Amino acid sequence: MFRRLPEATGAPIPFTFDGREMVGRRGDTVAAALLAAGISVCRTMAVSGAPRGPYCMMGVCFDCLVTIDGAANRQGCLVLLVEGMRIKTQAGAPQAQAEEGAT
Amino acid sequence: MSDVRLETDIAVIGGGLVGAAIAYGLAREGRAVRVLDEGDVALRASRANFALVWVQSKGLGMPEYAAWTRASAAAWPALAAALREDTGIDVGLSQPGGFTLALSEAEMQRRMEMTRLLHNQPDMVKYDYEILDHAQTSKRLPAIGRDVVGSIYCPLDGHVNSLRLFRCLHQAIKRYGVGYHPNCAVETITPIAQGFALEGSFGELRAGKLVLAAGLDNARLAPMVDLEAPVVPSKGQIIVTEKVAPFLTYPMHTLRQTDEGGVMIGDSQEDHGFDTAVTTAVISVMAQRAVRMFPLLAKLNVVRTWSALRVMSPDGFPIYAQSRIHPGAFLATCHSGVTLAANHALTLAPAIARGGLPRGTSSFTSERFHVPTLA
Repeated sequence: MFRRLPEATGAPIPFTFDGREMVGRRGDTVAAALLAAGISVCRTMAVSGAPRGPYCMMGVCFDCLVTIDGAANRQGCLVLLVEGMRIKTQAGAPQAQAEEGAT
Repeated sequence: MSDVRLETDIAVIGGGLVGAAIAYGLAREGRAVRVLDEGDVALRASRANFALVWVQSKGLGMPEYAAWTRASAAAWPALAAALREDTGIDVGLSQPGGFTLALSEAEMQRRMEMTRLLHNQPDMVKYDYEILDHAQTSKRLPAIGRDVVGSIYCPLDGHVNSLRLFRCLHQAIKRYGVGYHPNCAVETITPIAQGFALEGSFGELRAGKLVLAAGLDNARLAPMVDLEAPVVPSKGQIIVTEKVAPFLTYPMHTLRQTDEGGVMIGDSQEDHGFDTAVTTAVISVMAQRAVRMFPLLAKLNVVRTWSALRVMSPDGFPIYAQSRIHPGAFLATCHSGVTLAANHALTLAPAIARGGLPRGTSSFTSERFHVPTLA
């Protein structure tokens, strides 16, 4: 659906999405890297379960939520891609979990 | 609606939860109703409500308020059913009972004393509640933190999805043919031979009866029909987290998980005039207390914080009144528009349609603020 601009440069940054190996560019946000890699669905809604993907790209719509390195509900459009990131589909509502020994 | 003269049986000023619930009740009685509302800039208390249908802790100093509140909680299933029938919308009413958690022995003692005083009042309506220690609380609320020393549980408490309630009431009144007029602030009310003339930049509306449900603006409007509404703003701040899988069935006094998964935290009451800014100091204390109550909240992202103004009378209780000098002009104001929505729609509105106030509400007139002049 999306193509990078011909003048786009930036060193390649490897990451995984749901275990699949992919490559973004330095300067990409997580959401941009996913769209450039052809990923248009990165979460399912917490209430209805409907599929969603990055939309506003500016932190407002919350449709680009993903799990990054184990942290749920991160806004992919506000997180810069870092080498080796393990990005996963945010499936519905995550579980709230306490720190060890907090209760 | 611009520069035209309209007529109606009953005009309701204010389209928030209070005005919409009353308009809904009046329309169900078959009355022709028009709602005049402000626009998006209105100081709408409905924006900041906490969506509790809450009984415990209410009515210390006025047992009639405890009875009124309890009756509304009892009528809530009927309101939810009526709204579902009229709109197909489920407002998510859940009344599993609610907890007030205490984070120190001193706080627990204070809450127990308040509860004892509340229930020892003469003419206090009788209902059950339980005082629980940490272990007993933790059996029903496994996610509580070790700082919770105890709780008060009342089986009558509950909550709804108040955003859906607001939308649902508006959809319902529309279905009943109620005229809803946003951006129609009322500037003047003039009593006339057959009722009242309401004027503003929108033009003029003539109504046989009038219900003032304009929240804080009731203070300005009430004297125009010889009523009194000495209400002032009381700021409430709210935090809402990202949606998470359900972990909290019961509502707390200051914390609840909505039916869609977000956690609402609201623990503040300030009196700062008409200032609606969110303040970091207050929000951090609210967040810290919430995390001590439920440590698993610590890892959740906050997605929004906001504040709005509750509508507070001098003693904190509602005001319901009909003008003695201009009969047909009614006033309704409170800071529990969700809890009392059932009474407003199913009890207050039918009485207003008949020309009076419901039984059991005589204590709620503003004359209570002038004890010496009554004596």
